Amino acid sequence: MSRSALRQPMGLKALSNGFLAFWCIVAAFPIVWIAVMSFKTPVDAFDSNPFRVVFGPHTRANIGGLSIIDILLGLALAWILVRQAILWLPGKVADCAPDGRTGIPWLIGGGVYALAALALLVVVLPAALAVLNPLLGPLGTDILGLTTRHYEAVWIDRGFTRNFANSMIVTTGVVMVSLTVGTLAGYGLARSDSVIAFWLLVVALVFRALPHSVLVSGYLPYFISSAEWLAPILGDAAPTLYGKPWAIIAVLVAINQPFTIWMLRSFFQNIPAELDEAARVDGCSHFGAFRRVIVPVMWPGVITTGLFSFLLAYNDFLVTSLLLDAQNMTMVPAIANMFNRETTASDEVQAIAAAVSITAPLFVLVLVFQRQIVSGLTAGAVKG
Amino acid sequence: MKKKTFAIFVGPSVFMMVLFIAAPLLSVLWQSFHVTQPVYEQVEVETCTPGLLGSVCTTELKTRPLLSENGKILTETTFVGLQSYRNVIEPEKLRTAIASGSWRDLMNIRFWAALRFTLAFTILTLPLVLGTGLLIALAVNNTLQRIKGPVIFVSLLPFIITPVIGALSIRWLFLGDGILTAGLEWWLDRDIAMFAQAWTIELMLYIYRVWHVAPFAFVVFYAGLQTVNNDAVEAAIIDGASRWQRLRYVIIPHLMPLVIFLTLIHLMDAYRVFEEIVGFSASAHVISLQWLTYEFLLQDGTGARAISRASASAILTMIGIAVLLGVPLRRVWREQMGS
Repeated sequence: MSRSALRQPMGLKALSNGFLAFWCIVAAFPIVWIAVMSFKTPVDAFDSNPFRVVFGPHTRANIGGLSIIDILLGLALAWILVRQAILWLPGKVADCAPDGRTGIPWLIGGGVYALAALALLVVVLPAALAVLNPLLGPLGTDILGLTTRHYEAVWIDRGFTRNFANSMIVTTGVVMVSLTVGTLAGYGLARSDSVIAFWLLVVALVFRALPHSVLVSGYLPYFISSAEWLAPILGDAAPTLYGKPWAIIAVLVAINQPFTIWMLRSFFQNIPAELDEAARVDGCSHFGAFRRVIVPVMWPGVITTGLFSFLLAYNDFLVTSLLLDAQNMTMVPAIANMFNRETTASDEVQAIAAAVSITAPLFVLVLVFQRQIVSGLTAGAVKG
Repeated sequence: MKKKTFAIFVGPSVFMMVLFIAAPLLSVLWQSFHVTQPVYEQVEVETCTPGLLGSVCTTELKTRPLLSENGKILTETTFVGLQSYRNVIEPEKLRTAIASGSWRDLMNIRFWAALRFTLAFTILTLPLVLGTGLLIALAVNNTLQRIKGPVIFVSLLPFIITPVIGALSIRWLFLGDGILTAGLEWWLDRDIAMFAQAWTIELMLYIYRVWHVAPFAFVVFYAGLQTVNNDAVEAAIIDGASRWQRLRYVIIPHLMPLVIFLTLIHLMDAYRVFEEIVGFSASAHVISLQWLTYEFLLQDGTGARAISRASASAILTMIGIAVLLGVPLRRVWREQMGS
């Protein structure tokens, strides 16, 4: 086959790439734009002239901003840090970790590196620039208005740290429990061809279709009155389930189960059954085979499924807003309360800063796990 | 695998699903036929006001909630049959609306307005999501190898973002004199307020949903495009098929199973539309079925929650999704059985 038959006319190529560029702008614009708005005073943030939003003259005049030298040095340092994280860090972690283990050494290495990078960017760099700026004349004068006061207001004055901690408790709990329970079930379902296994999967698919509000209407009365109906069993220690993070974890794990077991089942089916049969021939029980042979090779699938469990728990609004009280509120329902109450333009920008804070971890997540997310999205589809 | 080992492996998962999905479903069904209310008693209260000639006394009948010995309000649960369903679908108003043929009257009943929006939303966004996803997949497939990775990264952002936050971020672009409102006003040369009337909000909800889930369709279609059989494409070229004919008769039939998969997932997810309504603060103009249930579950002014009505609306929502999914699922089932 000659290549010329497949070659495309210039017009089609331009059209296709033009459409792609348009889509990328549409996809990224709202997110980039709220990130820009969150660093400006309300006057600049809601200005109808986009250049005033980007350069923030009001912010610069009233609070301050960045000079050319600030921007150049900041970008250079960020670039070096990212490059080091990609090129230098993996080798260093592998050197220090005992006998080629992954997981915990990575967490520690990554965490230390992130902290050091943060310290460099937030403490060392501003201090150095405070000395440099006055010396450099026009290069050192502010051109870009920028303020972090909305972030400070949200995180410090409004107690968003507590909401963040609650979100972390709920998401960590959901990911851990749903992976433990789901891995066992997914493996069992992948290695069984009984009728029960088939019907379990069909029922799980039906459960997948249920709107969550249906389930919450089922929980709510029992959660509020649980101290009464649990009393005969637990006595005076009977807790009120309403508002308890661990009750939410159980609910979200259950809601997530149908999806989790379908996904993990398809991953386990890709692991050849001969592998655990060989271990069983050598005298392992089913659990022994699972622990010694399957667990070491299952991590790619488990990490992918864990990512989607994380997203479900992190992004949830319906369940958490109805079943948690104000004290244990996670970030997403908390911000919804924030903008509903909003009275001044300054509150509105604080809500934007909170929204950007919620989005930032997701951004990092896609950056690090892009390949796993794509493979997870296609896993269910391509196999049918 | 022996039955007993299988039971131990799937046991915890089944237990969770029974306790937190199946049991709540049964309890919702039960609640929708029952109403729990505080018990009231009627007492005669004599109030006397000092008057000129002795005091003037009046007795009146007052109702007050009965308290138990530890000071809690006593409640009783009664079977009310279909009353809660009637409260939700409001058959009398429905009848008068139909009799007078007034669409506006019908849309004043919240349940029917929610049903109208939810169905329109689910069905109208489906072709848009599939079409946009396919276009992006074809364009990415067609571009330079080097920029594919970054493009996929950017494309994933709308999909991964928290739905409430995604809706909010778009709302902020239009809010007041937000830059997109200003841009539209400049372009169309007229005054625009995107969040002042129902139809613009509804339009925003559609646009938001396409923005949010088209990346999912794109990733799935893109994976499908990688498995297109090159021999079939070459054969089509030798037969003189144009670019469009190759797409229409070779590539799209190859992607058909993925279209069915995406349709099913989209019907399930779009029917649950809820977070957008929170993000756009749309509830005064446009509501969905999930929002209706949510609204009943929220505390009203007196701190009470309309659990029974919420349950009735939840059951009706479930019947809706069963009908909606039934049609395509039966087709898939027949094809599976036929092949």
